[in-house]
Amino acid sequence: MLSEKILFGPFMSQIGSFALLLALALSAYSFFAGTLALVRAGVSSERLGETARRAGVASFAAVFLASLVLVIAAFQDDFSIAYIFHHSNRDLPGPYKFATLWSGQEGSLLFWSLLLAAYGLVLRLRHKTDSRLFAHASVIIAAVQVFFLLLLNFAAHPFAIMQGSLPADGNGLNPLLQYPEMVIHPPMLYLGYVGFTVPFAFALGALIMRYPGEKWIHITRRWTMVTWGFLTCGVFLGAHWAYSVLGWGGYWGWDPVENASFMPWLTGTAFLHSVMMQEKRGMLKTWNVWLIFSTFGLSIFGTFLTRSGVVSSVHAFAQSSIGNWFVAFLAIILVVCMFFYVKNRSHLRSEHKLESLISRESSFLFNNLLFVVACFTVLWGTLFPVLSEWIQGHKITVGPPFFNRVMIPVALLLLLLTALGPLLAWRKTSFESLRRNFSWPVLGSLAVGMTLIAFGMRPWEDASYFYSLMTIMLSVLVAVTVFSEFIRGGRVIARHTGQNIFASMVHLAHRNTRRYGGYIVHFGVIVIMIGFAGSAFNQETEREMGYGDKMNIGTYTLACQSYTQEDKPNYGSEWAIIDVFKGGTQIDTLYPEQRFYKASQQTSTMVANRSTMKEDLYLVYEGRNLDTGRPIIKAHLNPLVMWIWAGVWIMIAGTVIALIPNAAAVRVAAPARIQAEPVATGD
Amino acid sequence: MRQLRRTFACRQVLLRAVVCFAAFAFLGAGDQDSRFGALGHKLMCVCSCNQVLLECNHVGCRYSERMRGELASALERPDSDDLVLQAFVQKYGPTVLLAPTVSGFNRLAWVMPYLALVLGLITVVFIVRAWKMRPLAAVGEVVPASPAEISRFRDQARRETEV
Repeated sequence: MLSEKILFGPFMSQIGSFALLLALALSAYSFFAGTLALVRAGVSSERLGETARRAGVASFAAVFLASLVLVIAAFQDDFSIAYIFHHSNRDLPGPYKFATLWSGQEGSLLFWSLLLAAYGLVLRLRHKTDSRLFAHASVIIAAVQVFFLLLLNFAAHPFAIMQGSLPADGNGLNPLLQYPEMVIHPPMLYLGYVGFTVPFAFALGALIMRYPGEKWIHITRRWTMVTWGFLTCGVFLGAHWAYSVLGWGGYWGWDPVENASFMPWLTGTAFLHSVMMQEKRGMLKTWNVWLIFSTFGLSIFGTFLTRSGVVSSVHAFAQSSIGNWFVAFLAIILVVCMFFYVKNRSHLRSEHKLESLISRESSFLFNNLLFVVACFTVLWGTLFPVLSEWIQGHKITVGPPFFNRVMIPVALLLLLLTALGPLLAWRKTSFESLRRNFSWPVLGSLAVGMTLIAFGMRPWEDASYFYSLMTIMLSVLVAVTVFSEFIRGGRVIARHTGQNIFASMVHLAHRNTRRYGGYIVHFGVIVIMIGFAGSAFNQETEREMGYGDKMNIGTYTLACQSYTQEDKPNYGSEWAIIDVFKGGTQIDTLYPEQRFYKASQQTSTMVANRSTMKEDLYLVYEGRNLDTGRPIIKAHLNPLVMWIWAGVWIMIAGTVIALIPNAAAVRVAAPARIQAEPVATGD
Repeated sequence: MRQLRRTFACRQVLLRAVVCFAAFAFLGAGDQDSRFGALGHKLMCVCSCNQVLLECNHVGCRYSERMRGELASALERPDSDDLVLQAFVQKYGPTVLLAPTVSGFNRLAWVMPYLALVLGLITVVFIVRAWKMRPLAAVGEVVPASPAEISRFRDQARRETEV
């Protein structure tokens, strides 16, 4: 059996290595031949371009084979491959063996490459949409793919063979990653990161070829929205994982790796807004191109941050020399983008002028400013420790107190704009119209604010209470604005079609999915913001709890019923059985747990959480007091956390709706002698 | 004249809103009763877990419990918050503070985001003004538009007035 493994191991490794080399060769061919075909004209160039496209398609098969080999090796417990030895073990459950693919440095780079190849495959198969633009994008994607495959072949090889005798078992997967969400969080995040390569490729391609018209923007917007949706899921799945596994009672710690995923999200969101200016008014062309360049650059920069050891993080991969590769790649990206921008910047001239400060256009400008400032702040805070080390000779910490204080005002301004933006007309809005549209939302917001103060909220006592109140009031402002938009549009449809108002609103959303899907996303954002606002009122307490001991937090009483232990093949666990009482009545039983993973010899907490829309009762088994041997239980009472996860679902629903093609416009009876016109056209 | 007065009033309202907003942006936590909680959330556990001192939940962490004890005893002395934090910096180094101090080079960390926001706002206002000033294309002899052009203009108007 062992001899079979010894023979089988190198064989698998050879297949994987060969697949990676083949993928590199195919991608390099796709890049060089594709470039040559674009530079030269003629029938032979078209044929050459077609071979380049096919090589790109084939590169997916090669990268897929390499990934498959690594996954099979994980399931076969093939510890002759160093990567499998370091990130898996025999008793690891199946789903986590699959997750081995992205749980280490080399594997995650292979996964990056696989997703990029998959995106490239879809793009190359859809080349008939606009063959020349797609050929440019295909070449740019091939160039990015070449970089990652060079890394995989020469700097971070996932099929390196273990030296010496074959180990009996592996080191196991990091316990923090042995959680169901970790099987879907990294793929979502990577789909987001990697996906930004596609809009980048289209934007750069359109700039290089001086693409006439705005069709590339339509194509790019759709890809960006899909990518942005994945990144949103990835970011919040990460937050949920941190909340459920790390056991510190929070969901966002402004860790450099979290920040790395948040930065491209911010610029990507800015792009999704400002791109409307280009579509509608032919404005902000230069800005849009640079926003998408920056978003892609930040995706690569984020990958660099997590892998170079430049900043310390809970989530970072091991420090390695591949950081230099990323620095070089980022420099190349910057030079290429700058070169083509300078060469073709005349193509990006704005077609219209801005007519008023109070207009939809200027609201987009301010919106973009705030997103970019937010992104700059996150970048600045993340890199300031490195800067401090250079200048002052010592590192400092830039953690949650800094980010919270600086980012909350920016977030509140963004909320205000979210409420204001949809009420502003393109070109120019009169004060009268603004007053008319804004009075009900403002009244609603003030009423909620005063009600909260009447019920005991004291914003003058603490900055966090003030911010919390402002967040809730601004969220109400946005909510009323969104609903009034739906109701106003729904009424018009109802008048023309005779449907009831709810059917009319559904009809309305279906007729302009992008606009109303966007409003639903905004609604999701405010639900999330209300969830964040709840953190100002978090409570926590901790104590040793023996049998029958009680602890109070908020309106809950926790009574320790028992402790128990269990031994499983992969880990041993110890957990408490805590009865939860409210008003003297038992309402639940919670089981906070601590696990000891045998292969990695590390411990991990499994939080017990009783989640309601009002609050989360969150219990952590912190271990035993070394002196008394009694278990320590930490309890958190976190208000409104479930709103965050509910808001994410609403955002995803809004994004999906925005991606659905518009229904055909309804034709209405027209006045005599005038041909019937659509009530509204979607886009 | 009325237009001018309205613009002036508008600016005054905007200015006051910005001043109020900035005042609250720099507002700090001031609850003296929860000093332990407040200071514990300004310090980092030095066990290299990168977590806030009061949130470090590493099993068997050799630092967090000791540091919490040190913080509790420091608060029994009549020292100010700054002195308590300074004592931790002396003992564990500058990385023990979760946020940069507002002194020396570290002040730059706090200033830059606000500076970026202010410079950005000025730039946006400047851009809007510059774009408003941009001259329209010279109008020559008026030629009646063809039906195709009218249809194109109608499409453009519809596109621009939606969303």
